[in-house]
Amino acid sequence: MPQDLTRRDMLALTAGVAGALVPLAAPAQPRILTRPIPSSREAVPLVGLGTWITFNVGNDKVARDSSAEVMRAFFAGGGTLIDSSPMYGSSQKVIGYGLSKLDAAKVFSADKVWISAAASGPAQIEASRAAWGVPRFDLLQVHNLLSWEPHLKTLFAMKAMGSLRYVGITTSEGRRHAEFERVMRAQPLDFIQITYNIIDREVEARILPLAQERGMAVIVNRPFQEGDLTRKLARHPLPAWAAEIDCTSWAQVILKFIISHPAVTCAIPATTRVDHVRENLAAATGRLPEAALRARIIAHVAKL
Amino acid sequence: MSEWWTYSLSDFLLFSPRTYYRLFELYNLAIWPAQLAALAAGIVIVAVWRHGGRAHGRMISGLLAGAWQWVAWAYLLEHYDTINWAASYFAIAFVLQALLLAWFGIVRDQLPLAWWREARSRVGLGVFVFALLIYPLLAPLLGRGWLQAEIFGVAPDPTVVATLGILLAAERPTRILAVIPLLWCAVSGATLWTMGSREGFVLPAIAILTLAWMGLRRTAPAP
Repeated sequence: MPQDLTRRDMLALTAGVAGALVPLAAPAQPRILTRPIPSSREAVPLVGLGTWITFNVGNDKVARDSSAEVMRAFFAGGGTLIDSSPMYGSSQKVIGYGLSKLDAAKVFSADKVWISAAASGPAQIEASRAAWGVPRFDLLQVHNLLSWEPHLKTLFAMKAMGSLRYVGITTSEGRRHAEFERVMRAQPLDFIQITYNIIDREVEARILPLAQERGMAVIVNRPFQEGDLTRKLARHPLPAWAAEIDCTSWAQVILKFIISHPAVTCAIPATTRVDHVRENLAAATGRLPEAALRARIIAHVAKL
Repeated sequence: MSEWWTYSLSDFLLFSPRTYYRLFELYNLAIWPAQLAALAAGIVIVAVWRHGGRAHGRMISGLLAGAWQWVAWAYLLEHYDTINWAASYFAIAFVLQALLLAWFGIVRDQLPLAWWREARSRVGLGVFVFALLIYPLLAPLLGRGWLQAEIFGVAPDPTVVATLGILLAAERPTRILAVIPLLWCAVSGATLWTMGSREGFVLPAIAILTLAWMGLRRTAPAP
């Protein structure tokens, strides 16, 4: 060792070498899988971020910072689509708080209009936009088909004027599917949002095929049945076949099952935890189950 | 709301238990030391109740009305409204209850209370003391810590329970005064139940006790 190298020099040299090796030693972040929005061919990552309950933390600074960290990890992992609603309490303002701390340009902003009085729709949309702090929404959806006819007129007019990019409708837990289908057949929607998971598969029969036929993107809400499904499955060991689709947890199996359906554009699990958002995003990487394995997943979960 | 039968209680829950109880923590920090004044008011109510006298019903009604008014403004509008868009409607109901207490209890003096003579007054006092002294202990006893304690006069649930205790002990119960407290028992009880809170049974149990007692008094033969 040369005599003129001090302990500090050695430490600096060691740190420099280690730093230079990190990019080589660390595994490259797997490419996040995307699917195109049929009406524009714009690619959307297969896993997004829901905010129902999880982001409704009011003015609690500690919880708001925690939500911002979830968003930071979400964007860092390649996620873009965040979904909310004026129904979700303070969630929109908490998203806005997070976006103000992060790179807002990465977000694909998906929100909803949820108000009975049609005339109040534009004011609610503007209040939502101000809460997010975005210049315009990428996607606005009529929440649970509430006053859908006048609200869709408003949203299509906004799209025509360039103040909105995409228009959609939502439902959850299998409600009003007959009417939902009628609206899908009659309106030139860009997106629909529905509930779909290994247990709730009613949409496979008509809604998902219709979305494919009509060229509509599909957002899937409540993938974990508000945590009930993951809690139920967590009591059982992860099957060996999970490794065939690069899953290390039941949450990833659930998500991979959903996003492997060819009609699905994006699933939006909600979480308050950074490790969970990373785990969720990892489900949008690697191999997805083919038809045979999808059938096996359904059969396996049905037996548990 | 169409297809209402397809909705479950969890569909209306907007927040997590952690957020709900953390709100009490932030609220308690924001209003300190108002909790001490509220507890003192509760002790004054018991003392006035014990002492009796011509104006005791009016004094107790006034203190209760003040508590409902405080909860409407300081908790429901200033804090709960940040996580529950229905809180402003709840606040209107709490203000209405304050006005009802002022009208029937202060203006018309219809809330004189019995003390210890009959079973109903002992039950009413027991419910009131439970709200005043035991309810604040639930948070620390259930592992949530003192900062999340819910205290009579500043938090809605113990204020509602205490009011039902007073109504149970009233000489001439005015049933309309029980409507909003009983409705709150249903709303808050459902919220706690859906969140899986271990104290979720308390409000429904107090409501059932009140309804049963009022029913018994209504059907009891005249002496």
